[in-house]
Amino acid sequence: MSYFGDIYKGIKTLLTGMSVTGKYFITARKGAITQQYPDNRETLKMFERFRGEVVMPHDENNEHRCTGCQKCEIACPNGSIEIIWDRQIDEETGKKKKMIDQHIYHLGMCTMCGLCIEACPTDAILWAQNYENSVYDRSQLTKVLNQSGSKLKAGVED
Amino acid sequence: MNISLNITKTITELLSGFMSEGAANIGAMVTIALIYLAIFAVAGLYLVLLERKVAAWFQLRIGPNRVGPWGLLQTMADALKLVSKELTGTVKADKFLYNLAPYFVIVSSLMALSVFPFTQDFQAFDINIGIFFLIAISSLGVIGILLGGWASNNKFALIGAMRSGVQTISYELSVGLSLLTMVLITGSLQLSEIVEVQKNGWLIVQGHIPAVIAFMIYMIAGTAETNRAPFDMVEAESELGAGFHTEYSGMKFAYFFLAEFINMFIIAAIATTVFFGGWLSPFGITESIPWLGVFWFVGKTLVLVFLMMWFRWTFPRLRVDQLLTLEWKYLLPLNLLNIILMALIVWLNLTIQF
Ligand code: SF4
Ligand code: SF4
Repeated sequence: MSYFGDIYKGIKTLLTGMSVTGKYFITARKGAITQQYPDNRETLKMFERFRGEVVMPHDENNEHRCTGCQKCEIACPNGSIEIIWDRQIDEETGKKKKMIDQHIYHLGMCTMCGLCIEACPTDAILWAQNYENSVYDRSQLTKVLNQSGSKLKAGVED
Repeated sequence: MNISLNITKTITELLSGFMSEGAANIGAMVTIALIYLAIFAVAGLYLVLLERKVAAWFQLRIGPNRVGPWGLLQTMADALKLVSKELTGTVKADKFLYNLAPYFVIVSSLMALSVFPFTQDFQAFDINIGIFFLIAISSLGVIGILLGGWASNNKFALIGAMRSGVQTISYELSVGLSLLTMVLITGSLQLSEIVEVQKNGWLIVQGHIPAVIAFMIYMIAGTAETNRAPFDMVEAESELGAGFHTEYSGMKFAYFFLAEFINMFIIAAIATTVFFGGWLSPFGITESIPWLGVFWFVGKTLVLVFLMMWFRWTFPRLRVDQLLTLEWKYLLPLNLLNIILMALIVWLNLTIQF
């Protein structure tokens, strides 16, 4: 008799499945998980978790928090970050010290994994909230994150 | 030619005012064909849209909502895009068969539409072997699929086409036998007659238990006939690219696509006519206004179409061997038993009549 038992079980499980999807269908209008494309540019408030591109914020004195420690460069799994640094004389102490020259970020290679941001000990880099990052020339995707003439904010290294 | 063409009659009379009788006949047929073509090309496009919307709702998404209000023009735009696309093909393809295949598929599905009684007098071709004609026509489409798969000279397409052959030949049996079960009650193959019989209660009520079983078997086999998920072994995006239409592009691809959706409509329309009383309203509430029959017919059909979409977005796909096991070990024996049961019920007069 397992033949008819199988048929009964088959129909029962199929109906169970249909009731589950049926419930989804009825509640779809309220619980849609799709996010709409952000058309409302003026009033737009992006989400905390949104990952646009990696940026390095500067304050009003053109100072950033990057010490040039290269931890982000090592953390990046696909080599999207290049730190160019050199040793210069520190004016205050008169000693030689490692300083950042350029923090180069290849947006075109970045997978938005966020490992660099987690790795940074001084929170010098973070996620921007912009979108529509496409450009017409690949070279525009290579960005220098520290602005020219900027320097390390005092006290970050302590 | 002594066939009765119900809606054509009016047009023939109109045309014969200024034409000879033969010319008027042909003129009427061409007019009807063009009207049907226009209506169902658009209806097919909207079925595609419906499918996409329903799929989105089942998956808690929003679905197409950009082109036109609520995305209503989305599939129109898609069709326009497909028309303007280049028709590509493989170098070693059998050019003649390759180009012929889509037309086989689309013409056979459009032909089947001609016999449906949408309402009392709105039927292009009231042939006395209606059901038989429908079964015959609906199995013609598979030739197009086989040709398309063979002529593309592509392994994936060929595998898809062969699967389609296996599937359609197997499930054709179940479709035929389940409809035969219902023909035992009606005693006629003519679709208008079948609807007439149902004035004493829809056949699914008249035939009660065996009719419900026949309906379930019909819906399963019908879904398999249209090559839709969970029976989409033919297209099988995950393992065959797109199956038999891998090599098609532009409008030829659109024909295959449209035919699939028109076939879905046809399967639902046959079920409406045979099980749910066609254009008859429930309890005869709008009997005095015959043209409302169209709305009842289309409404019931759309409910069944929705049921098929519900299947598609719920059930996991079958393997080829499971597909054949389901047909030959379960559906077919059950179907034969069901016919005997129905015969007994009709013989002993146990049908429910109002
Ligand atoms: S987000 Fe990931 S991939 Fe992008 S720069 Fe940082 S570590 Fe590299
Ligand atoms: S961004 Fe952070 S991790 Fe990268 S070099 Fe600067 S301080 Fe070090």
